[in-house]
Amino acid sequence: MTTAVVRVTTFVDVTVIATESLSKRFPRVTALDRLSVDVGPGVTGLVGANGAGKSTLIKILLGLSPASEGRAEVLGLDVATKGADIRERVGYMPEHDCLPPDVSATEFVVHMARMSGLPPTAARERTADTLRHVGLYEERYRPIGGYSTGMKQRVKLAQALVHDPQLVFLDEPTNGLDPVGRDEMLGLIRRIYTDFGISVLVTSHLLGELERTCDHVIVVDGGKLLRSSSTTDFTQTTTTLAIEVTDTDEHPDGTRAVREALHARGVDTHDSSGLPGAGHVLLLTATGDETYDLIRDVIADLGLGLVRMEQRRHHISEVFTDTGADTGTDNDAERKEAVGHGN
Amino acid sequence: MAIDQPLVPQPGDQTRIHNIGYRNYNGPRLGRAYARRSLYSQSLRGAYGLGRSVKSKVLPMLLFVVMCVPAAIMVAVAVATKAKDLPVDYTRYAIIMQAVISLYVASQAPQSVSRDLRFKTVPLYFSRPIETADYVRAKFAALASAMFILTAAPLIVLYVGALLAKLDFADQTKGFAQGLVSVTLLSLLFAGIGLVIAAVTPRRGFGIAAVIAVLTISYGAVSTLQAIADAQNATNAIPWIGLFSPVTLIDGLQSAFLGATSAFPGGVGPSHAEGVVYVLAVLGLIAATYGLLIRRYRKVGL
Repeated sequence: MTTAVVRVTTFVDVTVIATESLSKRFPRVTALDRLSVDVGPGVTGLVGANGAGKSTLIKILLGLSPASEGRAEVLGLDVATKGADIRERVGYMPEHDCLPPDVSATEFVVHMARMSGLPPTAARERTADTLRHVGLYEERYRPIGGYSTGMKQRVKLAQALVHDPQLVFLDEPTNGLDPVGRDEMLGLIRRIYTDFGISVLVTSHLLGELERTCDHVIVVDGGKLLRSSSTTDFTQTTTTLAIEVTDTDEHPDGTRAVREALHARGVDTHDSSGLPGAGHVLLLTATGDETYDLIRDVIADLGLGLVRMEQRRHHISEVFTDTGADTGTDNDAERKEAVGHGN
Repeated sequence: MAIDQPLVPQPGDQTRIHNIGYRNYNGPRLGRAYARRSLYSQSLRGAYGLGRSVKSKVLPMLLFVVMCVPAAIMVAVAVATKAKDLPVDYTRYAIIMQAVISLYVASQAPQSVSRDLRFKTVPLYFSRPIETADYVRAKFAALASAMFILTAAPLIVLYVGALLAKLDFADQTKGFAQGLVSVTLLSLLFAGIGLVIAAVTPRRGFGIAAVIAVLTISYGAVSTLQAIADAQNATNAIPWIGLFSPVTLIDGLQSAFLGATSAFPGGVGPSHAEGVVYVLAVLGLIAATYGLLIRRYRKVGL
């Protein structure tokens, strides 16, 4: 465990992926258009509609496809010249099926471990460990052809992790999974960083599911960078409080009474229209513990009952639709739809 | 979990699952050359069904036995009848058994490369340190080695038998060496042709059919044309026609340089000068198939 901790701390403040006006043009389309991003350690989500340039970016970062212009570094290594070194330190889980049905998960992952340069004994040990970590037990000795989609995704993940990389690229790992399977996969992705100390770049066209998993989200569209910021920026947990109170005979509209009382004490409330139960929910900005005390006192003085008081998280989707509205691109509707599926 | 258990094990309670958490790997990473060797040995074993299902062992093992049994019978006859010479030259053996060899390459070349294409495993290889050339070299070398094992094993049976029958040692050794050179070239040529055809299609069935078609149709056509040329007394044309099928290429090459008697109609192989063209054609074809494979895998990369 010590080594894991050491490794994580060495990578703090180090850029894992850096691109500088990276472009990729094909004869017909521009897949990436002057993309400049810096990705630190942790779990980073790469979001965009299908065809937004996510897979192209991964190919370039693996050193398998030359960029038309601009440059990129992975783990401090230039993708144009150090491709083989990068691929030794990085794992890759493709979006599509990539498993032969007639071999067992163990045989397959051992072979892939050796392809990454692990000696035979180490390959077998690491395979057993990795398959256990991704949640495959007795079934790992059976041919892959008989596995469910969820189990196949785990095998694909295992082959990307078996050589203990410093960074993994996961291309649409939740594709085709049911809600439970998706939650398990997202939990597993989170653990790859928190427990294993391996940084993750995960792509998805579903924004909602990345909210819980990622430290940082990059939104690309049409090969352009729309937004890159940490999920704490997206979804601040500290600032906004939602309050709901009961009504009494004395105050038939308890919510309004509280709002007025708060205004009298110099606390502003936000416009909560457009939210579910808008008329009964009061939103306000908490500046510290004293805000909580103030609310308690105000409600107690009015003799009302406090139904709930909770920190309200912004959803990334709100930020995303805002951004979409700002740029007003044609893909707006499509993206909103994608966001809807994610929630 | 283990943490909640008392630290001192209770008597009789020896079984306990410890979650030891994630362990990092700090051992050696052996790089490209090792990965290439691993792919080579995996593919070579796979060519005989080792490390695969029982079903996939049947055909290659059966063909291997079919290749060796006639050699064993010839040796038995030679020993029993105290013959002065083996009934068949070392160089001739593979030409006689060419149908078996074609069947082997047709069944195993698609097995080696079409599966990776069909199940899209290729991107997993190329997302690792090995490059296109490493993959192609490993697969090419593995199939050529498998073919060499198939074609050289009966020669070894013949040679050992010849020595047991106390035939002339120098003579037999020379013939054996010439036979080995011949089957080496044959293995490389057939493996190359088989892989190029198989690498075009992800469907194994198509691959098998296409390889058999190319090998047998070309041989049939060339033999027919040679027979016609022989009947028309156009004997000069016979060696040139022989350039157009893999089997006759090897046959012509070894009758020009490796002391073999030709299976061409009339028993006349190419002259030394014509033989040079045969050598160039064989080496050129091997190089061309390698080049085509590299080009093919550049495209299917990821």
